[in-house]
Amino acid sequence: MKALGPILAVVAAIIALWYAAAVPMNIAEVLTQAERAGAVVEPEGAMNRRDVSRFVLVLRNTEHLAESWSMERARLPAPHQIAKELWVSTWDEEVNGRRGIVKSGSLSNRSLIYHGSITLSATIVGFLIGSGLGILLAVGIVHSKTMDMSVMPWAIVSQTIPIVALAPMIIVVLYSIGVEGLLPKAVISAYLSFFPVVVGMVKGLRSPDAMQTDLLRTYSASKPQAFWMLRLPASVPYLFASLKIGIAASLVGAIVGELPVQRGGLGARMLGGSYYGQTEQLWAALLFAAALAAILVWLIGWIEAKTLRRMGVTP
Amino acid sequence: MNQSPVISASHLDLTFQTNDGPVHALRDVSLDIGKGEFVSFIGPSGCGKTTFLRCIAGLEAPTGGTLTVNGLTPDAARRSRAYGYVFQAAGLYPWRTIGGNIRLPLEIMGFSKEEQAERVKRTLELVDLAGFEKKFPWQLSGGMQQRASIARALAFDADLLLMDEPFGALDEIVRDHLNEELLKLWDRTGKTIGFVTHSIPEAVYLSTKIVVMSPRPGRITDVIESTLPRERPLDIRDSAEFIAIAHRVRDGLRAGHIDD
Repeated sequence: MKALGPILAVVAAIIALWYAAAVPMNIAEVLTQAERAGAVVEPEGAMNRRDVSRFVLVLRNTEHLAESWSMERARLPAPHQIAKELWVSTWDEEVNGRRGIVKSGSLSNRSLIYHGSITLSATIVGFLIGSGLGILLAVGIVHSKTMDMSVMPWAIVSQTIPIVALAPMIIVVLYSIGVEGLLPKAVISAYLSFFPVVVGMVKGLRSPDAMQTDLLRTYSASKPQAFWMLRLPASVPYLFASLKIGIAASLVGAIVGELPVQRGGLGARMLGGSYYGQTEQLWAALLFAAALAAILVWLIGWIEAKTLRRMGVTP
Repeated sequence: MNQSPVISASHLDLTFQTNDGPVHALRDVSLDIGKGEFVSFIGPSGCGKTTFLRCIAGLEAPTGGTLTVNGLTPDAARRSRAYGYVFQAAGLYPWRTIGGNIRLPLEIMGFSKEEQAERVKRTLELVDLAGFEKKFPWQLSGGMQQRASIARALAFDADLLLMDEPFGALDEIVRDHLNEELLKLWDRTGKTIGFVTHSIPEAVYLSTKIVVMSPRPGRITDVIESTLPRERPLDIRDSAEFIAIAHRVRDGLRAGHIDD
């Protein structure tokens, strides 16, 4: 546990920086509120303060700084406010809330657990479609020069289009043929996750060196034999590396897919928070999504370790 | 040597076309290898010894001359699985056990499950690795891994064994031991062996015939029929006869260099 010290130091530094940043970020609103409540602030009047630098405001009104960590709808809420919002919108909402799972028998549509599960299901479906497609494309690309030359450029081009521009189009097009709900989000999610899998898998399937392919030639092994006995097992470590990127990309895709629809999900929650100035809600959803991504990536890593040990590659 | 040779090369040429112009990897190489011979190819790097071995294996295509293996073209011989090939590195699959690695060619060639098990057991004993069947490659030393790769080449009972500097990456003591083992194996199985090396003592110790090669263009400068007996303890390397043959090999190698 030697690493614990440095890890905690980094976390502490980030939190400290966050608190420090919250002061100048929120100072204008803090002073407006304080003035309204009858306090004396420098300079007087919101209009006069408009053109004064935030840092000057901070230096001239030191007695009001603490309030910048307890503002409602703060421009940058403090970490403990976000932590409280996280608690309120997960455990508290589900266990004590009127709509929570304990009292109503189903997840509350105000809780991050509910929205997270919507995003997660689209992520998983999209990830399965994307990585499956990625593996198939990679197999084709490795075995066919024509496919390498015809598919690979399009795969690369597909990733240069900003997904926020493409997502509404995908949703509209799919809606017009009667597909809505989870599937359009999963398609966007798959769109983002297939690419790292293609790239990693192509690399992995091509990873056996000349000696190993020569060895199979001395046995006059067939192409399918070379694929199943050499290329596929050799590609496994590469596959897992790209699956880790792929699942994180899937989550981003699902969230982006939820932005234009606004029918639940972490993306809807974030955009809602942004519309109504509910910054705590926005940040809580962001952190919840980040934690979800971390868990998913860790899960793939865990499966990877299990698989490699099972294959005998690692002790 | 009245019967027809296992390998017969006459006026073999191989030119690689590279961006810097043609490279003459082999020029006018003629050589017969009879059944049961142990032939070493020795020479500095670039002399074409490995290329010649790869031609025999059908992994490279000569650009001129004729080459037959068991009376077939090298490619046909490769497809009829006429030889086992041992590379410089063991190249065992890390996801297969030692037994699984030896089973690889057997699976590819479609041997029955019982036959596979029987052959794996037999070849592991042959290379002194009995009991290691269930181990994974990373659990074995470099020398043991190379022995396993020899077992893999022996598993399907080809009469011809082609070895490309198989012990080049191993330390001297392990190498001596494996040389001794290899001679015993050759004696027991009666296989024809083609062996590429850059070590003079190794070539003299192992071979019935030493082919000295030199580079630019790759060609044969001397073919030495060894007068050493078949039975060769390691201390034969101190005998006058051994030293005389080693001398002749060294002279051959030096002559090749003066030509540059």
